[in-house]
Formats: sequence, structure tokens, C-alpha cells
Amino acid sequence: MLSLYHKSDSFLHRLSAGYKLLSLVGVGSLVFVFDTLFFSGSILALILALYRFARIPLEKCWRQIQPVIWLLGIIFLAQVFITGWEVACLIVVRFAALILAAGLVTLTTLTSDMIAAIEACLHPVRRWVAVEKVSLALSLAIRFIPVIADITHEVREAQRVRGLERNLFAVAVPVIIRTLKMGTQIAEALDARSFDSTPE
Amino acid sequence: MIRLQSVSVELDDRRILDDISIDISEKRIGVIGLNGSGKSTFARLINGLQLPTEGIVTVDQLETIKQGKEVRRKVGFVFQNPDNQIVYPVVSEDLSFGLKNLKIARQDMASRIENTLADFKLTHLSDRFTHQLSGGEKQMVALMGVMIMEPDYIVLDEPTTLLDLKNKSRLVSVLSGLPQTILLVTHDLDLLDDFDRVLCFHEGRLYADGSPDRVITAYRDLCSAC
Repeated sequence: MLSLYHKSDSFLHRLSAGYKLLSLVGVGSLVFVFDTLFFSGSILALILALYRFARIPLEKCWRQIQPVIWLLGIIFLAQVFITGWEVACLIVVRFAALILAAGLVTLTTLTSDMIAAIEACLHPVRRWVAVEKVSLALSLAIRFIPVIADITHEVREAQRVRGLERNLFAVAVPVIIRTLKMGTQIAEALDARSFDSTPE
Repeated sequence: MIRLQSVSVELDDRRILDDISIDISEKRIGVIGLNGSGKSTFARLINGLQLPTEGIVTVDQLETIKQGKEVRRKVGFVFQNPDNQIVYPVVSEDLSFGLKNLKIARQDMASRIENTLADFKLTHLSDRFTHQLSGGEKQMVALMGVMIMEPDYIVLDEPTTLLDLKNKSRLVSVLSGLPQTILLVTHDLDLLDDFDRVLCFHEGRLYADGSPDRVITAYRDLCSAC
């Protein structure tokens, strides 16, 4: 979600994030309701066709599934021994379809649109939940994951220079302190940009 | 006009600023001083991020204590570290943040983002991820995030500290072309050559106030005496 968005001008890119999330839930449910290899295989083929339709390079499509390919392999082998090759194929195809479908939504949706869709989902409960604040919190969480990763990397390097190779405490304490300090500065920056931080 | 009347700031029983009274109506104002002299606190007072313990701060007759929100709409603030100021993962999304807070219509928002990026000649950054930008690009995005809200005053707290020479020159040339009143807190004295007025703070008090030449000379004398 941090850097997966693939810029293009396809129908899928233009489609509202809400519909895409809803379709993802639909596909996820359907592959479990109709548990035949033919149906799951068709869904997988359809998703692969949508990747092509969204003009996403094959390499990016492969990158969605690559990190879990070994896990799918283990599941396949285990299922072959326990229940037979047909169920093993069904399970692996089903998982692959779900992973690729989720990847497709991420690759074709901007973070801000995704957050806006979540905001819209929360609309019915806006009397009890500060929707704008929830969406801002989500954005901040996504935005600051790489920043905190950078801070951790800097602190680890600084400790390594001082001879502390593997000391969790020596890394955790400065990272937490710097993050808390950064939190105060971010709150000020939000105020400076006219964010209304007063409780509702 | 920015006006401080007998302003003092006390934090944790420490007097950070002591009885400052000043009127500012110039377009380019520099603020200098040693570390811990109170210059950043002075800058934060103008945007209402810091409220005075004693005295009154007004910006165009708006009082920072009573009309903080209105003051913040008038006074944009650029921090030293742009990483703490950019709140969205994508550049165009981040530029929309301030506009959303000002309740600008979605259509106007898109055109304002486009125009701001074009003004800064940074249209190519529109869809870039903010964590992948260089330090100079991040500082430009932070400045655009402020500029897009069309403030009348821009306060910058040491914005060139993390920049290399090329990016520093770029930021300076952008700032010199802005129509707004600029109040720049800096340790980089070269940036203040063309400024209308420079204020030098020392130990929480206004040590020197006047033309860049005169104040910078006084500041250099102070540094060598310390």
C-alpha cells in the first residue's frame, strides 16, 4: 500500500475505491461459496485478465504472489497427502486468486481514495465516530511507516558505530524517544495547517 | 501588520522570551540569534503555535490567544524538518490536506493543486510517494503545502538546515518571488542580504533590530564576545 500504486488510465484505475473493495469482498466470498476448481480457476483467469486490462506489467503481477509462493507450495504438498491433488489445486488456486485480487485493488487505487472509501463506509456511524480523524490517523500510519523505518535504521547504524551490534534495548529506547518527539512536532504541523484538533 | 505588546513566554519555569514589544510591517524579515536565544519561540508566537504567557500578539488585528484558527489561516508555517510536516503518502494528496481543512470544494481543490505544482515547476512530483523524495523536494512539498492555503504571511523556521547548496539556492529563489510577507528564522546570514529588516535575539530579549548590515555586524560582535 505504501508504494504499490501503478499509475495508469484504465477503467479499473478510474473505478471508485468503494466498488473495488466491495468487489474484493464479493470475490473472496464467492470462491468459498462455489468450491469447485473450475469456478476458482475461472475467477483466477478473470483476475489475470483484469491485470492485463489495467495495463499492469507481468512483473508487478508476479511480485504480488512471489513472497507467498513457498507457502502455497507447502499447502499444496500437505493437501496432496491429506486430501488429494484436486482439493490441493482448489485451495492453492483459491488463495492465489484472493492474493492477486487484493493486489489488483492496491495497484489501481490511490491511498487517499482507499481512505475516502473507508471514510464513506464509516458515514452511518459518524454521530459516534470522528470519521475525519479516523481517516487522518490511517493516512498518518501509512505515511510514517517508512519514516519510522528510517529512524530505526539510523539509530541501529549509530549504535553499530559505537560497538552495539545486537542490543534491542539500545535501539528501542532512542527510536521510541525520537518517535514521541516527532509525534509532538507532527501535531504542531497539523495545527499549523488549520487542522481542527478540538474534540467533537 | 504583526504586533507584539509586552510579550513574555515562560516554559518549565524558564523565561524564553522577556518583554518583547515590536511592530512588523515590512515584507522580508530575518530573525537570527544564538541557539536557545528565543528566535524559534518568537516565530511560533506569530502563528499561534506558542501562546504568550504575558502580553498580546496580533496579526492584522487578530489576537493569537482568542482567534487562533483565524490567525493560522493567515500565517503559514514551514518547519525545519519537512518529514514532520508532510502528512500524506503521495504529494498531491498531501497538498490537499490544508485545502480539506479549509473546506475547499473538491473541484477547486484539484485546480489549486495543479496550479501550485505548476507555479513551483514541480508538476512531475504530483504522484510521487513523499517518502521517496529527496530532502530538497520534501522541503518544496512542505512549502507548497503552506502556499496552497494562500496565507498572507509565511514563517519559516530554519528551512535550509537540511538542504544542500543547490536546494538551498532553489528555495531562496522561490521565496524571493513570493508576494507574501516572509519571516525567516535562520543561521544562514547570507540569505538575509536583500531583506528589509533583521531582528537579532539574545537570551530572550531583542538584542538588535534594523537593516541586515547593521544587525548582522552586531550579531557577529556578540558571537565573538560570547
